Amino acid sequence: MLQIKDLAVEVEGKEIIRDLHLNIEEGEVHVLFGPNGCGKTTLLMTLLGFPSYKVTRGRITFKGVDITEFPTNERVKLGMGMSFQHPPEIRGVKLGDMVNIAQGRKEEEIDEDVIALAKRLNISVDFLNRDVNLGFSGGEVKRSEILQLLAQAPDFIMFDEPDSGVDVENIELIGKIMSELLDRNKMPSKRDKSGLIITHSGSIMRHIKADRAHVMLEGRIACSGMPDEITKNVMETGFERCVELCARNKEVDAE
Amino acid sequence: MTKKETIERAERAKRKKAALGEDIAIGEYMTGKEHQSLNSLDEFPAEYQQDLLDAGIEPTEKDRSGSFLQRDCSVVFSTVKYPGLELMSTTDALKEHDWLKEYLWKAVPVDTDKYTAEVELDQTHGYFIRSEAGKKVTMPVQSCLFISSDKIGQKVHNIIIAEEDSELHIITGCSVSHAVNSALHLGVSEFFVKKGAKITFTMIHNWSRGMVVRPRSAVMIEDDGAFISNYILMTPVKSLQMYPTAYCVGRNARATFQTIIYAHGDTKIDSGSRAVLRGEGSRSEIISRVIATDNAQVIARGEVIGEGANAKGHIECRGLMLSDTAELDSIPELKATRKDLDLSHEAAIGKVAEEEIQYLMARGLSEEEATSVIIRGFLNVDITGLPDALARETKKMFDMSLEKVM
Repeated sequence: MLQIKDLAVEVEGKEIIRDLHLNIEEGEVHVLFGPNGCGKTTLLMTLLGFPSYKVTRGRITFKGVDITEFPTNERVKLGMGMSFQHPPEIRGVKLGDMVNIAQGRKEEEIDEDVIALAKRLNISVDFLNRDVNLGFSGGEVKRSEILQLLAQAPDFIMFDEPDSGVDVENIELIGKIMSELLDRNKMPSKRDKSGLIITHSGSIMRHIKADRAHVMLEGRIACSGMPDEITKNVMETGFERCVELCARNKEVDAE
Repeated sequence: MTKKETIERAERAKRKKAALGEDIAIGEYMTGKEHQSLNSLDEFPAEYQQDLLDAGIEPTEKDRSGSFLQRDCSVVFSTVKYPGLELMSTTDALKEHDWLKEYLWKAVPVDTDKYTAEVELDQTHGYFIRSEAGKKVTMPVQSCLFISSDKIGQKVHNIIIAEEDSELHIITGCSVSHAVNSALHLGVSEFFVKKGAKITFTMIHNWSRGMVVRPRSAVMIEDDGAFISNYILMTPVKSLQMYPTAYCVGRNARATFQTIIYAHGDTKIDSGSRAVLRGEGSRSEIISRVIATDNAQVIARGEVIGEGANAKGHIECRGLMLSDTAELDSIPELKATRKDLDLSHEAAIGKVAEEEIQYLMARGLSEEEATSVIIRGFLNVDITGLPDALARETKKMFDMSLEKVM
């Protein structure tokens, strides 16, 4: 589904990501841990093709197409989707309008289709009629993002901190819908959708099963492994210690 | 004031420059020939039908309680279908109702400036609309002031009266033929909202590059009365200056002004809304959304003057700049004359944010589509106080106007 080779990325002239390699196969969900400022969000924005994130080296291939130079909407057409952590407020554009846009419909009304989709996330018609992200609480932002993804139905979905600022009940609901969006409820052989989840707290991992986990430090993937193990190490010992453990295991493997 | 006194005052103000806006040489515009009256709106020449539609006028008169059309300086059509509603030219109304002369120049002083003076001294009709006491005319009245001849000076005096506990909804369009290169519109409008009455006034200005426009409007609102104005201007205009004023004189009188302007080309606009809160507990809300692009120059004003106990007023001016050669001044003003008032304003001018474009692109839109969604959103003011059908229709008119410019 997604191949990243030898990626280096600059933001405002400063190198944020270097020597990054990552492969995500069809049907796989990867989770990326890392402290604030390690380049996790930069990676997602780069994959989505936002102009201020400049690829200075390496290639990004999505579904066999080199998309390194593609504008954002072309990537989206190919099947990429993103749940933003801090989406911008847009005055006069309602959440319901965003759902229509995400579905690729020219429809201007917030109709039964949109309302039915919203119901699955306990989103009311009143909420659909609010200006998108304007005065939304943390939990409301997440639900709004996931509703838009439900409408968009991408093949590869990136989640930027889906668990930050969300209360316990909502994390469970969000985890459930994420699992559904990412085919987690299907047999592994029937899974078509792929995902990349960024989390700094790791709390979403109790509600969704990933196939592979990585720890990112200073713009590189410092260690990779089984999600349960990495989650445990990160939670118990912190990012740096987890990377050290990871390195030691590698040495053991090598011997 | 007798007619003689009024004329004397107008004569004295004949050369009085307006407080705002560039000075216009009225003498360059003429009265022009008379136009024949019509039996129905669809008799109006085919070449102008689209101009009527663009000004929100429904030629079939479907869902309208009455229709009025003035072409240049002639009233060519006026009909009313609803009991309790009066609609005719101001000239005819003055013949029919002797009492009406008491209302002339009551809200707008005749010697305000040379334009009001000119309308007194060389008036060419205008409309009179009145709802009888207790009558709720929920279906809108439509009126259109149309300019079809070059170099014409259209000088109208409109009087709108909602008697006690009545309700009146008006859609008014000012439009001009695409063939007109240069013309002048002077429009005096005096509104009287009696006790417990309500007027909604949705006005679409569909001008063109050569139009010079000087409306002079004022509203008197009595106890528990409500006035709601929705103003939409999406076409270019050479020079427009107006500052409609609502006088909330009664207890709990309420005034709302919502203005949507998309200024492009070499458009020059100085437009504002003012509320004078004289009555106890009176309220006003002034909202404006202005987009300036190309070489447009816009001054967006708003003023609330608090004079009555517990009066409350708010101004919200938002601007969006789409070009480096346009200019937008946003000037909200508040004036308090006592302590128990609540007056506030917010003004902001911004650009189309890159972040918002990217967010929409991440949902599949191209850069151009994303920009258009943001602009539509910016101008999208929820129109309050209109009956459902009229609100939907106003939204449709707004969408149509926007489609033309985007």
